[in-house]
Amino acid sequence: MTLHKSLAIAAGLLMGATSLFGGAQAQDIKVGAVLSVTGPGAFLGDPADKTLRMYVDEINAKGGVKGRKLQLVIYDDGGDAGKARTFATRLVEEDKIVAMVGGSSTGTTMAMVPIFEEAQIPFISLGGAVVIIEPVKKFVFKTPHTDRMACEKIFTDLKQRNLTRIALISGTDGFGKSMRDQCAAVNAKYGVEILAEETYGPRDTDMTPQLTNLKAKAGVQAVINPGFGQGPAIVTRNFRQLGFAVPLYQSHGVASKQYIDLAGDAANGVRLPAAALLVADKLAASDPQKAVASAYATKFQTITKEPVSTFGGHAFDGLMILVGAMERGGFDPKVIRDEIEKTKGLIGTAGVFNMSASDHMGLDLSAFKMLEIRNGDWALAE
Amino acid sequence: MLAQFLQFAMSGLTVGAVYGIVALGFTLIYNASGVMNFAQGEFVMIGGMVTVSAVGAGVPLPLAALIAVIVAASVGVLLQRLAIEPVRDAPPVVLIIITVGAALVIRGVAQIVFGKQLHKLSDFSGDTPLAFLGASILPQALWVLAGTVLIVTLVWLFLNLTMLGKALIATSANRLAAKLVGINISFILALAFALSAVIGAAAGILVTPITFTYAEVGTLLALKGFAALVLGGLGSPLGAVIGGLLLGLSEAFAAGYLSSTYKDAVALLLMIAVLLLRPGGILGHAGAERV
Amino acid sequence: MMARFRQNRWFEPALIALIIIIIGLVLPSTYYFRIATLVLIAGLSATGLNLLLGYAGQISLGHAGFVGIGAYAVAVLPAKFAVPSLLAIFCGTLVSGVVALIIGRPILRLKDHFLAVATLAFGILIAMVLNNEQWLTGGPDGMAVSRIELFGIRIRSAQSWYWISGTVLVLAVVLARNLLDSSTGRALRALHDSEVAARSAGIDVARIKSIVFVISAVFASLSGSLYALFNGHVTPDIASFLNSIEIVTMVVLGGMGSLSGGLVGAVILVVLPQALSFFHEYEHLLLGVLMILILVFMRAGIVPTLAARWARGRL
Repeated sequence: MTLHKSLAIAAGLLMGATSLFGGAQAQDIKVGAVLSVTGPGAFLGDPADKTLRMYVDEINAKGGVKGRKLQLVIYDDGGDAGKARTFATRLVEEDKIVAMVGGSSTGTTMAMVPIFEEAQIPFISLGGAVVIIEPVKKFVFKTPHTDRMACEKIFTDLKQRNLTRIALISGTDGFGKSMRDQCAAVNAKYGVEILAEETYGPRDTDMTPQLTNLKAKAGVQAVINPGFGQGPAIVTRNFRQLGFAVPLYQSHGVASKQYIDLAGDAANGVRLPAAALLVADKLAASDPQKAVASAYATKFQTITKEPVSTFGGHAFDGLMILVGAMERGGFDPKVIRDEIEKTKGLIGTAGVFNMSASDHMGLDLSAFKMLEIRNGDWALAE
Repeated sequence: MLAQFLQFAMSGLTVGAVYGIVALGFTLIYNASGVMNFAQGEFVMIGGMVTVSAVGAGVPLPLAALIAVIVAASVGVLLQRLAIEPVRDAPPVVLIIITVGAALVIRGVAQIVFGKQLHKLSDFSGDTPLAFLGASILPQALWVLAGTVLIVTLVWLFLNLTMLGKALIATSANRLAAKLVGINISFILALAFALSAVIGAAAGILVTPITFTYAEVGTLLALKGFAALVLGGLGSPLGAVIGGLLLGLSEAFAAGYLSSTYKDAVALLLMIAVLLLRPGGILGHAGAERV
Repeated sequence: MMARFRQNRWFEPALIALIIIIIGLVLPSTYYFRIATLVLIAGLSATGLNLLLGYAGQISLGHAGFVGIGAYAVAVLPAKFAVPSLLAIFCGTLVSGVVALIIGRPILRLKDHFLAVATLAFGILIAMVLNNEQWLTGGPDGMAVSRIELFGIRIRSAQSWYWISGTVLVLAVVLARNLLDSSTGRALRALHDSEVAARSAGIDVARIKSIVFVISAVFASLSGSLYALFNGHVTPDIASFLNSIEIVTMVVLGGMGSLSGGLVGAVILVVLPQALSFFHEYEHLLLGVLMILILVFMRAGIVPTLAARWARGRL
């Protein structure tokens, strides 16, 4: 191969790769998203992807934001933090986005945080763990409840039921591990004692050995299962299979109708903390969230033909917070950041958001509902 | 104590049976063509996914299962014809990477056709657990075990009692000689892929009520099936199933008696140990170069 | 004349260096530098694996394990034990090399698929430890990697990393080329053709295999360290089975037994997903189709096939 030929090929491969994909209309406002649309986090990223697309379409159909159309740039990181970081660079450098709603997991979010902090572009994450917003990072926000809040909500409920001796079975994925650590950090505050712990791999298909051990442990009054994906559904089925008679608590990681479909009858009686979105139709008419949550649930289910989940809801909340900030302050990333921080009383699917300089999530424990599954459907436990 | 032991054993056998069937699928293709088919897990996925969709569309389960098996077999033949046949005598590692590419394609199509969500299939005969000496067993686990025995028996009967099966064995033993006695090699290779796909799909149908299914379910299964296959002794159908059961049992006992976090590590170390002591796998010949 | 030129052992490294320099001068933005740097870093582990797979004919499905060791060495040692980053890189390669030496001897006695599964198990074990030992590694969400300081200057821009990785890669290629031209290299080729023949020719087969395994592990570890330092954040994904397969795929697509082949493979597997992200839903599907097409029509890999065609056309 001649020298100039090789050079041309090598350079061509690099340059041609992305030069094709420029060319948006100058007046469109670009909003970015890096989501785990495929891979083990697909059940998080996929509904978020669909939600963002359908609502950006809706916003544009109604004339856009301040008369400007939004253009959505979505990349799939496949759950890989390294890929997420590359795509984040691309959004900032090539696509010139003004803000980002995305980052499906804590791992991908944390890998992208430095890029957005450095570029001074607001980043509304959909990841769960508390490390995303503690300590506060100037340009980083998040919309889902934290795993610590989930633990606190569960422990509060346990105390009300006079159950203080528990066992944990958690997934070894990022979500399960992080929530397990949070629960093990705040349990003493609630007078709850952890008697035994087991784990399972995120793709394991049978957890009866672990549950058999927990069942054999004397004095366990309740079991908590921090985890997401199919794991908790299998845990739930195995739990009933073994005739384990104590209450089982799941986390907000299973806050999707899909969990009930997968676990079937075994899910009945399971409690979990989750956003009001799941029980939109059962909220009191006076509940401020009722209108927003019902509208989102109806739209999502009509268009995608899939059961609504809080994971898509978090993307909805993020987009609405962003749109609100742009309506108030325009399209300069730094101004958008300031306006996001000033978000007050915004009603989303996860609760009412009141952001501040020290709170980049803006949700309190009241935003969490304790749900119980009865007859294959969500019900408010309180 | 006994109840606990039995519970662990049942868990290991059920999971291991699935690894074993996947490994059996590997074996058929490997024996006939020398290809280590890393898209084997995708056949399991197709079996589960197509059945779920058909049942969802109102097709009765047995018919849905039949459709799934036919779809999988067609994909198997297509894979062989389009991607393997043109490079039949390429080095093994090239063939492996081709099947890795094929797995990406099948998975990609499944994501578009079936979506990316998890799906479930109802248990064949309810989910009321059966008590057995203090252990509690789901009826579906018995379906999986019975299905495994049936599949292994059928494969054995096919290979040893039918003309086609014997032709398949002849092809794997000596392709040139098989050709000389008038065996249509190209047809036999396609048959091996189809059969292997059918076995994979059957595993997928049996196990979906327990494990659920989704577009990417095959990746891990292929990995475990491959490990089971090598553990049992490459090329031996019985070894494949034994390897699968051993892998499943060691995972379950490690989770039960040692550490649930490192249960896979225990299984992997066991596997490395077996390979170092018996470099050809449990039922294999030492060295085990395929001839 | 060109042909004689090409046989010189400095030709290939010089050509690669020239390409790296020219590309480095024309890249327009940080994003392009990032992609190019990722190519160079992947190329480094592909070069190492190519020595093992392409020249010695030994497969490894666990090479990402060594990449993981290198990456976490520069993440953990400075953060938890105050070891300077440069020393941490060295520690990583040392650990990888020693591990490769210890496990290499017994494992490399195995053949083909048995070797594949044993290395596979090794890689998964490493990934499992990185995932589970949260107190040390940050667990599945990974950990931040502190920036490296050279002469008091913090190196963080993608441009700097491009030139650093490029230099390391060229040095690695020079080293590999020299190894191949040495007596070890001739022994390797004999081994690749027939292990039995090599053994009867008096070659210490086990030793040669072991040397190449250690070198390829060191290359992989080095590439992991560069990646972690460049990226500033590392997760256990880096040591995953899928990453091991990706390195093998680079070598096979680009061309086994061709150093530039491994690099071309790295270009394809790093750049293509970026280009295909435009197709969203169809990304993985298209990647799979391309892999199959390349291997069906160029089974020896891109570089060797094109080189052979070029030679036939000219001579």
